[in-house]
Amino acid sequence: MLPRDSISEAIRNASAGGKPALVAFMTAGFPSRERFAADLLKVGEAADLIEIGLPFSDPMADGMTIQRSSRVALANGVTLDWMLAELMTLANRPRAPLLLMSYLNPLLAHGIGRLAADACAAGIAGFIVPDLPFEECAELRAALAAEGIALVQMVTPVTPAARLAMLARESEGFVYAVTMTGTTGRDVAVPDAVLDYLDRVGSTAAVPVCAGFGIRHAAQVARLAGHADGVIVGSALVEVLERDGDPAEFLRSLRSI
Amino acid sequence: MTSLLAADEAGRLLAEELAGRLPDARGRFGPFGGRYVPETLVPALDRLQEGVERWLHAEDFQRDYARELAGWAGRPTALTRANGLSREWGAEVWLKREDLAHTGAHKINNAVGQALLAKRLGAKRIVAETGAGQHGVASAAACARLGLPCVVYMGAVDMERQAPNVGRMKLLGAEVIPVTSGDQTLRAAIDEALRDWVADPMGTYYLLGSAVGPHPYPYLVRELQSVIGREARAQMLTAAGGLPDVAIACVGGGSNAIGLFHPFLNDGSVMLLGIEAGGRGSGLGDNAATLAFGRPGVLHGSFTMLLQDAHGQIQETHSVSAGLDYSGVGPEHALLQAIGRVRYEVASDDEALAAVDLCSRLEGILPALESAHALAGARRHAMEHPGSRILVGLSGRGDKDMSTLQATLLAERG
Ligand SMILES: Cc1ncc(COP(=O)(O)O)c(C=O)c1O
Repeated sequence: MLPRDSISEAIRNASAGGKPALVAFMTAGFPSRERFAADLLKVGEAADLIEIGLPFSDPMADGMTIQRSSRVALANGVTLDWMLAELMTLANRPRAPLLLMSYLNPLLAHGIGRLAADACAAGIAGFIVPDLPFEECAELRAALAAEGIALVQMVTPVTPAARLAMLARESEGFVYAVTMTGTTGRDVAVPDAVLDYLDRVGSTAAVPVCAGFGIRHAAQVARLAGHADGVIVGSALVEVLERDGDPAEFLRSLRSI
Repeated sequence: MTSLLAADEAGRLLAEELAGRLPDARGRFGPFGGRYVPETLVPALDRLQEGVERWLHAEDFQRDYARELAGWAGRPTALTRANGLSREWGAEVWLKREDLAHTGAHKINNAVGQALLAKRLGAKRIVAETGAGQHGVASAAACARLGLPCVVYMGAVDMERQAPNVGRMKLLGAEVIPVTSGDQTLRAAIDEALRDWVADPMGTYYLLGSAVGPHPYPYLVRELQSVIGREARAQMLTAAGGLPDVAIACVGGGSNAIGLFHPFLNDGSVMLLGIEAGGRGSGLGDNAATLAFGRPGVLHGSFTMLLQDAHGQIQETHSVSAGLDYSGVGPEHALLQAIGRVRYEVASDDEALAAVDLCSRLEGILPALESAHALAGARRHAMEHPGSRILVGLSGRGDKDMSTLQATLLAERG
């Protein structure tokens, strides 16, 4: 199975019972580099898919929590090379497929030419690049495709219909359906309009659809059931790790309703 | 740069640029530019681009714009023969006086143009970022004039060193939001303005203050600022009896420089010289000289030269002038450097301060610290080319810099 297909399959398997799959986001090397491997395993006890965020100096799509975790991780000396090395030498791997979430510039600095092979060696099955719209992604997408790695596309509530259909068709692994206009982290209600929008994404997507931005409570997850194949939990999970809570317990609680 | 452009490619792009065919349909100046933004902003940028195509060069927009520039912003600005500096430097020095434009800098040309465009696009609210505060003041003034609510993001460090401008923005009715994240200067202010725009991409208009950012901003800002170079070129022909040998401007994001340079691009005899902030040295973090010391990458929506570390993390910058204190630069400047049409040099904090001192005493003009970098570049050029005819873009006035000048030039005098 290609790495990118392992992503779609993990989501389909986890959501087969009717509840959305859990996609967990954590910032690499936050709160500390020493804890990263252990945190990854703990998150992996309950998550069906794990997005590892590479910190960037200018996270313009992120709210306060991920800005803070990014700043701390950078101060901790986190780099792409460190993260890849850490993943290659894990004593125990989570069973959940891993995705790398990064702004474009650190990937360009690494070199697109060798990025895909390095990521593949580290067991990364997909990429999410929040400042890389489809029109600019050809080079990265082709490089990743050579290793069977997915490049996930994002859609938003303000994406026009034709563009939304195109992005849903072109996305690999899953479609990242942003639930609101705004940065990550804010608590959001899930109005009917958002459910309609998710249904529209689902009707054109070739891969599962995951809803993200602002997911914090079991009630939100329950409302999204049937409209999204998975939910993406970022800031709320980062906050649990920040206060040294139990990430697996928190993630499980989201599917409790 | 040689790694980015093969020689034949540089030649082709020079021809394209001189023919006025850049940016191309994808918003590229050769390899530079483009549109690297979160998906949420894509429809907003599409709409902005449609608005630019429909209105920017339309007769009624241009009529409104010309009326505001002339009747409200005080254009055309004067071209002054700098007699004292000419004598001192052994050259023929001319100053394009953007310091005389309303609100005290070239920023007003862009702010009023974009505010007129925002009105036509049906925007309910304007957000802007500011470094030196000049773009914030210009945006606040343009919004007051046109009846639009205005929110300005400004780094906490800049709010302190450009305090008078914070008060001016507030008096002009803008809300000023301090930015305490990141480096607390212009870069963090842009990050924060973008976050605000992402939250309301359709109702909010982002009034970007320099020739940076995702397409179509670098093009839009260039078109609006080119009034500087068009006026200066015509004034030189009349007042000086010919074109300058060299035109010099300071480069932060690059809006006053592209505005001065663009109308001269096809005048092969006119050397174009951009001056970046050399700060206190050439080390990473000691300057804001992106073209001199940077490497290509993506920040704030475009592929351009950046001050960054080996891992692609954007670095903090230093300059005595808040308006030049930025780790990126407009993508068209990155191209103009790569194809060799514009030469870029640096001037240090000390050279800029000395130029403030000299220009104030010899010309009776207190220049902005940003503009003083262009004067410092002019001085050096005059030393190397005695007798040459030099046009300097004096992008703004220095009143806003009093607290910095109190702590530097005036402190030395006791
Ligand atoms: C007077 C003045 N000159 C120059 C600049 C630098 O900006 P740009 O490079 O876009 O002209 C500023 C920015 O605040 C400014 O206030």
